[in-house]
Amino acid sequence: MNRIDQKFQEDKKLLSIYFSAGYPSLEDTVPILKNLQAARVDMVEIGLPFSDPLADGPTIQESSTQALRNGMTTEKLFTQLENIREHIDIPLVLMGYFNPMMQYGIEKFCQRCEAIEIDGLIIPDLPVDVYHEDYKALFDQHGLYNMFLITPQTPEERIRYIDQVSNGFIYMVSSAAVTGAQSSFGNTQTDYFQRIANMNLNTPTVVGFGISNAQTYEAASSHSRGAIIGSAFIKFLEKEGVNKIEDFVQSIR
Amino acid sequence: MNYNVDEKGYYGDFGGAFIPEMLYPNVAELRENYLKIAAEPDFKKEFDDLLKVYVGRPTPLYFAKRLSERYNTKIYLKREDLCHTGAHKVNNTIGQILLAKRLGKNRIIAETGAGQHGVATATVCALMGIECIVYMGELDIKRQAPNVARMKMLGAEVRPAQSGSKTLKDATNEAIRDWINNPVDTHYIIGSVVGPHPYPDMVARFQSVISKETKWQLHELEGRDYPDHVIACVGGGSNAAGLYYHYLNDERVNIIAVEAAGKGIDTGESAATSALGKEGIIHGSKTLLMQTPDGQITEPYSISAGLDYPGVGPMHAHLFRSKRAEFISIPDQEAMDWGLTLSQMEGIIPAIETAHAFAALDVRKFGPEEVIVFNCSGRGDKDLDTYIDYFKL
Repeated sequence: MNRIDQKFQEDKKLLSIYFSAGYPSLEDTVPILKNLQAARVDMVEIGLPFSDPLADGPTIQESSTQALRNGMTTEKLFTQLENIREHIDIPLVLMGYFNPMMQYGIEKFCQRCEAIEIDGLIIPDLPVDVYHEDYKALFDQHGLYNMFLITPQTPEERIRYIDQVSNGFIYMVSSAAVTGAQSSFGNTQTDYFQRIANMNLNTPTVVGFGISNAQTYEAASSHSRGAIIGSAFIKFLEKEGVNKIEDFVQSIR
Repeated sequence: MNYNVDEKGYYGDFGGAFIPEMLYPNVAELRENYLKIAAEPDFKKEFDDLLKVYVGRPTPLYFAKRLSERYNTKIYLKREDLCHTGAHKVNNTIGQILLAKRLGKNRIIAETGAGQHGVATATVCALMGIECIVYMGELDIKRQAPNVARMKMLGAEVRPAQSGSKTLKDATNEAIRDWINNPVDTHYIIGSVVGPHPYPDMVARFQSVISKETKWQLHELEGRDYPDHVIACVGGGSNAAGLYYHYLNDERVNIIAVEAAGKGIDTGESAATSALGKEGIIHGSKTLLMQTPDGQITEPYSISAGLDYPGVGPMHAHLFRSKRAEFISIPDQEAMDWGLTLSQMEGIIPAIETAHAFAALDVRKFGPEEVIVFNCSGRGDKDLDTYIDYFKL
């Protein structure tokens, strides 16, 4: 069974963390993963840096730019992750934009992911329709899940379609906004979380974008299966480095 | 072969809408409405009226006598440089602002590189009394001070794009982010035939007035409504798309696209996307773009700020791959020399972008009976500082 499905069978709210591979330093990828697992994080999204991450806010873009300056590439990341399953057994998701994957070669990319035992992908600029038609068969063949985003503006009919094509989980974007930390959620957001919860989708949902502290984590995960934190974690890494990750996780739950 | 967009938003292998889900409702709304609205009689009337009394259309098709004699061929200039605001860009912004109004939008965003599209957008927003925010790379703001001042005079807010390389592609990223953050009340006026479907087709249609006029003007002047060659410069490719549009499927017409070679194709400082680009995705469109082997988008270079876009519109990528169009690239120096030549032989100071197109005359032979139409896409006022520096005027 895919590790993501296994994880969602556990009777608990999940905490997932995103970071940009190659940030703060090129070789931090593996230490960050080890420290996140030691801090009992449930799942990790490893960001594949891109020069033009148009769905991301300034924090992730800057960490991405820095990672590229540090020398991160797709090949470099795969090399770093080569033996990762000797140390890490929580689900690992690669999150990145489609262009670097195209240049690497989609088939080769999937093969490498399968060999490393990556569990799934999140590709914000690969629309569900194109994925369904052109790439799903290939991803399935390599045992890779592909997760999609929905937003407060996504029409119900499209959410149903995404639910049908998805495996793993649906990534619920907390508000109509690019990534970035917020300190609290308003009624509009909790109403939206509740509306989606009431749709009784087949695929579990996790909330991402704008989650930065215990309060927003609690609000997001009370209407879903858990939450993803990105920008707030990257800001923490920038200030505290990779050795105090446990403190960050404890501040969330 | 068909060179127009297909029902899925593709030109051959290129195009489509590779956009984050957050943009889906905005882009879907446009896709579902742009053809319908543009076909409505009251839209067409308002669009045509504004092009006539506000932009100053039809622009002349001018026979360049001295140039024709020198090159022993028949050279016509489609005088888009005479449009209000100084270039063809305003044809598109008029169309899009009318569309935005009909979609009930009350806030406009745009990206700009050199500032021409920003000025054209700020202009139509002033005309309609709509809030206007223009994203511009921090570096470009410093390089293009007069256009920044124009936008401000027109009431627009110019927001610096401080991410990445701080130029056009980053301004575009910032505009897209703004649209993600403001999905309901805002329309994004893209300035070229780039971006997710339906933008490339929509912008090409608004610019197609250029070849629509060329057809009847040529008919009056030459007794036939098609030339042997159409020639235009291509950055993103909107002026070229406008000139080619009604001739795309007319095989009697040879299409020539001129890109900016910058300091030379092999120097690492170039914007010749057809020569240096590989298939990939930029700003929501599958097209040819300049990138590293790892798929990171690279920064192009050209002395003309309007041509240094790392991609090219998907229509042009298709014209290139299918060999429907001939692509050539012209280095800075030759383009600058043509800025001077056109000024002194025809009394027309062209934009540096536009000057690139004319250099095709030195690269290729044309017969004495052949009719060539150049898109004289913009005037050179905005480039005076560059001309002054370059020629020590």
